[in-house]
Amino acid sequence: MKTFRIGGIHPAENKFSAGQQIKTAALPKQAVIPLAHYIGTPSEAVVKRGDLVKVGQLIGQANGFISANVHSSVSGKVSKIDVQLDASGYKRPAVFIEVDGDDWLETIDRSRDIKRECALSKEEIIEKIKSAGIVGLGGATFPAHVKLMPPPGKKAGVLIINAVECESYLTCDHQLMMEHGEEILIGVTILMKALQVERAIIGVENNKKDAIHHLKKLAANLKGIEVEALKVRYPQGGEKQLIDALIRRQVPSGKIPVEVGAVVQNVATTYAIYEAVQKNKPMIDRVMTITGKDAPNPGNYRVRLGTYLSSVVEEAGGVPAGTGKIVGGGPMMGRSLMNLNIPMAKGSSGVVFLRDEESIRKPVQNCIRCTKCVTVCPMGLEPYLLMAQSERNMWPEMEADRVMDCIECGSCSYTCPSNRPLLDYIRFGKSTVGGIIRSRTAK
Amino acid sequence: MLPDLDQIVFIKAMNVVLISLLTLGVIGAVAAMILFVVAKKFHVFEDPRIDEVEAALPAANCGGCGFPGCRGFADACVKSDELGDLFCPVGGNDTMAKVAAILGKTAVVQAQKVAVVRCDGTCEHRPRLNEYDGVKHCFIAHNLYSGETNCSWGCLGFGDCEISCEFDAIKVNPETMIPEVDDAKCTACGACVRACPKLLIELRKKGPKGKRIYVGCRNEDKGHITKKACDVGCIGCAKCFKVCPHEAITVANSLAFINDDICKLCRKCVEVCPTNAIKEINFPPRKPKVEPVAETIEA
Repeated sequence: MKTFRIGGIHPAENKFSAGQQIKTAALPKQAVIPLAHYIGTPSEAVVKRGDLVKVGQLIGQANGFISANVHSSVSGKVSKIDVQLDASGYKRPAVFIEVDGDDWLETIDRSRDIKRECALSKEEIIEKIKSAGIVGLGGATFPAHVKLMPPPGKKAGVLIINAVECESYLTCDHQLMMEHGEEILIGVTILMKALQVERAIIGVENNKKDAIHHLKKLAANLKGIEVEALKVRYPQGGEKQLIDALIRRQVPSGKIPVEVGAVVQNVATTYAIYEAVQKNKPMIDRVMTITGKDAPNPGNYRVRLGTYLSSVVEEAGGVPAGTGKIVGGGPMMGRSLMNLNIPMAKGSSGVVFLRDEESIRKPVQNCIRCTKCVTVCPMGLEPYLLMAQSERNMWPEMEADRVMDCIECGSCSYTCPSNRPLLDYIRFGKSTVGGIIRSRTAK
Repeated sequence: MLPDLDQIVFIKAMNVVLISLLTLGVIGAVAAMILFVVAKKFHVFEDPRIDEVEAALPAANCGGCGFPGCRGFADACVKSDELGDLFCPVGGNDTMAKVAAILGKTAVVQAQKVAVVRCDGTCEHRPRLNEYDGVKHCFIAHNLYSGETNCSWGCLGFGDCEISCEFDAIKVNPETMIPEVDDAKCTACGACVRACPKLLIELRKKGPKGKRIYVGCRNEDKGHITKKACDVGCIGCAKCFKVCPHEAITVANSLAFINDDICKLCRKCVEVCPTNAIKEINFPPRKPKVEPVAETIEA
């Protein structure tokens, strides 16, 4: 079975919410829709206090190339535009809407029928994806339309759909494939048309055998779409790792996947693209997993953007006793949340409750030169060295040792027998070196 | 008469000693000649005044002047035409006067500065809402999120400034978790200013007898958000801006700033500040406050 060639780990899977039907979460009383994403410039608010908005109405205009439109996920009155603490741990601008009913824009097709035919041209599809504000739902929230417009001279040869979901605990993509497999495949054909490629591969990890079987059956009579089972290994969901696993090509350092002729989109993004192109529905909700070893009902929920996580968690049975840490996103790449009064954003893929004893860091000991971190690093870096350089502020050396290639997967910190905080230091070094490089290129 | 055996042994031993002495001596002389020639040929002239200036400097090698160590600074002093911006913050005006005397240049007299921490978010003013469990360094915590409190601008309290200080002048108070500066030890080298990821530390004029007034807050959020996060944050109400007779105060982004070049230390702003965000340091204790408060209400 295929997998990527360098490094990788296999943490306990703990997929408690697998097989749980997607439930639609209740409408919030107040929606707080963040205007900023993890990546890219924050969008600019185009509504003001007192405005009445409908579901699907544009409230934030994309600002620059790497930026995405933001739409209202509820109908009601804009009460204010203010800063709000979000999952990034910082206060950022958001639009506050007092919810009143559930009034959708007429252009949005809310019927449950599956619309198969798409007569739009390549440019029209990309324009629709762009105006719908679709971003990568795997976690990095990179605007989806940017990936569909490769730089001049580059041509994509193959579309890769990332349905790996290599993070432990999370099951939202798995359930989406089970319930909306057909729509996802239509989304894939739309993307193939937008990119003008003949071949698409859907990579699924082998712990989701039912999803692989389901998609294979559906894709049997579709030309050019393959479903590939992959060996369970973290971080297979990393763009570069997935390309290596599926088509055995390695993206050069500092380059983007289209350099080796591949474009990667997440499976949930593909579903959102189907909805945007065929149903005119902008990015206003997403499926997220609420789970944990002690969670009362681990499950998958379709939540409107801007809903406070506290109300979704309440619906899912509340925070279990003995929870030490609540992580937004998967346990490997996610960030622990400061509190639950954080609005649901486009990148929120899950809420994981960690027990007290799991959440406390063990005492740090000296490096014993076992090179486990080097063995597991999927990018072929030397984490122990980068950490030592970061501690000593050796930025030029870190740049030479390719710190910018780090994908921050956390495999090194996970595997270290001395519990050394490798990723914390590397991430700090990466952001500092990134700043140095940016100031140099700006000159 | 033949010499006896003892004598022969003695002469032979002397020969060995002589030969080795001579050989080594010749090698030594040749090497000395080569070194002498090379030293003359490749001689680099170094201004002797650099050594003199270096001797006059405090030898702290802190980098506060912006040069790599005291020798780098001495070199720059000798090579530049004017002393101008060159200033040793550790030695202060006395040292610069000495340097100027050695070089025959004039030193610009600069006011003595001291580091001030522009955050007073102690545990009682600014409750901790979550617990940080990662690496106990400000720069790493700052890279991750906004901090344990609801204020995303304030002090994180892990003491990167304390680690950076070579003079033992700044210490995090374990009770308040806010760093405190020892006026007597602080040399205004600026190491803590560079170490603080939240940009809270500022070098300000030390003032007469160490008296100084500054806004102890850097929160640029709107007033209601600041107030929710911290009791002593600057809410940008601009009362101090209105009361200041010298126009030393500016308010931008909901944050007041006192320009220490203009401030005359009249303390009017301290009285009107509703959140006590403006700090006064080293002033004699005030007389009972009852009367002035009544006056301001009437006015």
